[in-house]
Amino acid sequence: MSQSMLNFVFIGVTFAVYIVIAVRSRAGSTKEYYTAGGGVSSFANGMATAADWMSAATFISMAGAVAMSGYDASRFLMGWTGGFVLLTILMVPFLRKFGKATVPDFIGDRYYSKWARGVAVICAIFICMTYIMGQMRGVGVVFSQLFGIGIPAGVVVGAAIVFFYAGIGGMKGITYTQVAQYCVMAFAYTIPAVFIAIMITNQPVPQLGLIGNYSLNGESVPFFEKLDRINAELGFQEYTTGKLSMVNMFCITAALMCGTAGLPHVIVRFFTVKSVQAVRNSACWTLVFIAVIYLTAPAIGAFARLNLIEELHDTPYVEAPAWLQEFEATGQMAWVDKNGDGKIQYFGPAKSEFGVNTVFLGPQPVYPDYDAPEGQRQGEHGERLLANKADLTNPNELWFGNDIMVMANPSMAGLPMWVVSLLMAGCIAAALSTAAGLLLVLSTSISHDLMKKIVKPELSDREEVNYARGASFVALAVAAYFGINPPSAFIAQTVAFAFGLAASSFFPTLLIGIFSKRMNKLGAISGMLAGMVFTSSYIVYFQFLGGTKEQMLFGISSEGIGFVGMLINFAVAFLVRPFGGEPPKEVQEMVEQIHIPSGAGEASHH
Amino acid sequence: MSRSLDSKAYSRACLRILFVLLGIWFFVSFGCGILFREWMDERLPPVGTAPFGFWMAQQGSIICFILILVAYAVLMKRLDAKFGYAEGEEGK
Repeated sequence: MSQSMLNFVFIGVTFAVYIVIAVRSRAGSTKEYYTAGGGVSSFANGMATAADWMSAATFISMAGAVAMSGYDASRFLMGWTGGFVLLTILMVPFLRKFGKATVPDFIGDRYYSKWARGVAVICAIFICMTYIMGQMRGVGVVFSQLFGIGIPAGVVVGAAIVFFYAGIGGMKGITYTQVAQYCVMAFAYTIPAVFIAIMITNQPVPQLGLIGNYSLNGESVPFFEKLDRINAELGFQEYTTGKLSMVNMFCITAALMCGTAGLPHVIVRFFTVKSVQAVRNSACWTLVFIAVIYLTAPAIGAFARLNLIEELHDTPYVEAPAWLQEFEATGQMAWVDKNGDGKIQYFGPAKSEFGVNTVFLGPQPVYPDYDAPEGQRQGEHGERLLANKADLTNPNELWFGNDIMVMANPSMAGLPMWVVSLLMAGCIAAALSTAAGLLLVLSTSISHDLMKKIVKPELSDREEVNYARGASFVALAVAAYFGINPPSAFIAQTVAFAFGLAASSFFPTLLIGIFSKRMNKLGAISGMLAGMVFTSSYIVYFQFLGGTKEQMLFGISSEGIGFVGMLINFAVAFLVRPFGGEPPKEVQEMVEQIHIPSGAGEASHH
Repeated sequence: MSRSLDSKAYSRACLRILFVLLGIWFFVSFGCGILFREWMDERLPPVGTAPFGFWMAQQGSIICFILILVAYAVLMKRLDAKFGYAEGEEGK
């Protein structure tokens, strides 16, 4: 059976399972549509939340980020897991007790103001939209490889599938499909890691291999010592030290953590369980399931990097492993024989006087047309030639995209074909589960928070669900459009935006709302606006208007500025509060009530 | 004892658990993984063969996060039972 046949079988089978689950547990009422009727067990909810949380980008790119930047990538590892601690301890048990279906609901009621609700709705829509665009792109890329169709068609197929089960199944359908998707993802991620760990460190558990000895070719040296030495020899930063400044590292990690704790699509997940105690247990399970992937990523990253260098550096191209050519064909790797010796050289920025290791000029590899003469397409050793000019100021000859660290792992480790198929199925599961969860929050924000609570309060239950389905269709169409025509590098940068915004607007406003009885609407709205305006203008200035590194506040990059925005939000809120009078009595009582865990009842949307 | 007094004592106990756990959370992530990483890499014994601070940043902190959440769930459950707020997984 060929590789593509196997891919079809794997993805086909997993899809059949998802769709059967979605149809069997489809939503019958608004309550089931929004919060699955509040009747999901904490174990299942934990698994579903983990699948929701792990996007295609996390699944494919995180190990690559660790491989490329070593210690510096710890900011993602700690940021995205540590945020769950904040979320569980400071947020969700209280919001669950409050008992409404959405985050803007809490902000609107707590600060007794349509304005506060409006600002929250806009933030929620923006954050979800940013996220979902990247997911649609990811789905499109995988489908296009699978069916041999163009990326646009791949995106449309993916969008149709997401619409089908998010629209029909509602939260209940999505939750149970995500449980299945998590299982696929976890197997797909850990199995290749186990094999590559055995190969490199002679340890079946990747996490133990990481702290064990490198044992290839009869050597036995501490693994990280070996990796540090290789990195230094080739002119890269030492793997275990990294080059981000401590301030920057601190701020980015903090922004990612607080951002995680303020993401509306994650918070909403905990409204699907029955009681406050179940919320706490469920959050525990979520983190356990996330940790399975997050503890494996550093191992995959480190092993893959070492393996890649060992296999390719100073190897004659004609003797290089076959997967190199496969990835050249898909445009994910490229080799430019700068010194004409027929061997592949891989060097870091320290080997050049300009401190860079770019292989060719331009951001992406560009290839000659397919009808160009053979001599322009294929080099003398059989390598695929680029149309880009070589960058001759440094000796590095090997280019590859970060994403291959996960996708190429099975081929690098010489694993059987079905592992590659499993990985593809896992990748699609990651993208679909996240897209579906986001879509649901997005449509709820529009139908419930915008239409019912602000524009047309007399909306009936039924009409509201119809609005939600309509909204999810429109949102998906917009997301698919941007998936097909990505605003180029825009998507990667907007992720900084989503987390920055969540950290500087939702997180502090929710936190004050929960823990301070006396905060009034004037203080909260000014704080939220101040944090949001500061963070977004800083990010826009440095990402899109060409701000330079020297102008940065304390050298904090735009990824980390959400943390400063959050502090500004807190400060402004408490400074402005004295001008706004006491909040109404019933709001103060409500704040006291949410701290008592009993009697949470079912999350309602009335 | 009146109900409001009861709920005040409950809130205080709640906050105590919260601050202790957040303290640990800050120490294992920002402390070990970032602020004191270099010092720990050099002075503390390695974990297996990996430098201590680096290992905390990429593995140890995540393991600690799980333990923190387990501790939170257990401590809060016990507190709820003590003050009569417990209602189990299923709610009332």
